[in-house]
Amino acid sequence: MRYFFDLVYVLTQKEIKVRYKNSVFGYFWSIMHPLAFALMFYMAFKVFMKVKIEDYPLFLITALFPWQWFSNSVSSSLFVLMDNASLIKKLNFPRELIPLSCVINHSMHFLLSVPVILIFVYIYGRSPSWWLPLGLVLVFVPQFLLSYGISLAVSSLHLFFRDLDRLVSIFLTLLFYMTPVVYGEDMLPENYKYILYLNPMAPLIICWRRLFLGQSFEPNLLLFGFLYSLTIFLAGYSLFRKLSWRFAEVL
Amino acid sequence: MSQAAVIFDKVSKSYPFYTHITAGLKKFIFTLPSSLKELKSKSFEALRDVSFEVYRGETFGIVGKNGAGKSTILGLIAGVLKPTKGRVIVRGRVSPLLELGAGFHKELTGRENIVLNGVLMGMTRREVMKKMDSIIEFSELWDFIDQPLRTYSSGMVARLAFSVVAHLDPDILLIDEVLAVGDLSFQKKCLKKMEEFKQRGVTTIFVSHSAEDIKKVCDRVMWIENHTVHKIGRPHEVMEEYAFTKALPEPKMML
Repeated sequence: MRYFFDLVYVLTQKEIKVRYKNSVFGYFWSIMHPLAFALMFYMAFKVFMKVKIEDYPLFLITALFPWQWFSNSVSSSLFVLMDNASLIKKLNFPRELIPLSCVINHSMHFLLSVPVILIFVYIYGRSPSWWLPLGLVLVFVPQFLLSYGISLAVSSLHLFFRDLDRLVSIFLTLLFYMTPVVYGEDMLPENYKYILYLNPMAPLIICWRRLFLGQSFEPNLLLFGFLYSLTIFLAGYSLFRKLSWRFAEVL
Repeated sequence: MSQAAVIFDKVSKSYPFYTHITAGLKKFIFTLPSSLKELKSKSFEALRDVSFEVYRGETFGIVGKNGAGKSTILGLIAGVLKPTKGRVIVRGRVSPLLELGAGFHKELTGRENIVLNGVLMGMTRREVMKKMDSIIEFSELWDFIDQPLRTYSSGMVARLAFSVVAHLDPDILLIDEVLAVGDLSFQKKCLKKMEEFKQRGVTTIFVSHSAEDIKKVCDRVMWIENHTVHKIGRPHEVMEEYAFTKALPEPKMML
């Protein structure tokens, strides 16, 4: 157990060190990216198209940061097994730790960006919910499971289907617009509401935004998101386990 | 002799041809029936009916041409591959000496890489820290140890890799032709360390193309030819015959 922890620790440390050694501004960049997107969407939808959403930049920021955590975890996990091919071919250790360290890396970046989100919340004169500390944990856990589950699935499948990365990037873009990030969930017409239920990220993003903007807590929504994430995690994990002993053959 | 540390019992290993799917999901789906059929029927036989035993404490050499199946044998011992047929029994903790750079990251310093590699090889972080000074001393890389690995020459990387392995406490050590790099004095140091491992009763499995090294360190040698065992015996006998056939030109394909 102690050893297991050490293994995760050094693998994650490697990911983080490698990321920050290439530029001193590593943390800065991971914050700039969602902020740049927020600015872009603000210009396009608020200034040009005049959507009627109050404090639209804040509305975007509270959803874009959690979205970036999810989407970065998934898209960078695509290549983690290939990058560690030489290890996988020689060493017999739990392979699921490789995508795990990748997801932990992005989770830490997200947690480090929470203060930035809160700064924007206060700039706009709002205050987050009283359940913020608890809520951070309650929404973090399902999103972590979801990101890890999908990462397990795509990282292992990508070894067998080498064009999967293209498919995943299309899928992520589609999922982005199916998730209430640039629009609010209440803006969906009644006959399109089902989209929210098809998308495991939708309940989580809604929860994040409610949490940061100080809106009411919806236990049902959170529970739904949690069960959805758990199911996907279990599916991803069992797929990974099934394929994992073939990794050394295909690499 | 004593009990066997590694037993291969009529082991065969074949790989399916993954090319059909690795060519891409799109192609796989568009040619689904033929792809599936091909995946099931066509395979590449990397090992055929291989049986041998490696005794505890001995240094066992493996020689053979490229693609003869040596790496597959090491993969099976390390437990990263499963045999298609037969049984592989391994008794004890296996430490593979990774090929150049594997398990290392070029952006991390030598010191950070020692920790990463040591933990990957089965030590806890505390154990690595305890042995850090001794590892650095063995590697003789004092000036470079806090430099990123990308500034190292390949010989220096090999020294670092072997230094980590030299401080492990394995039961079975797998070495896949790494001694060729590094200068002469370091090679001597490595051979000495292998000798020391042997004294401690560590079983070593040693893959090499160098007849010299094999004769120097191995107790027995197995010659793999055409994916199966050609000969097992004393290093001198096997290597003499091996050197002889290697000198012959490859038989030409008759059409």
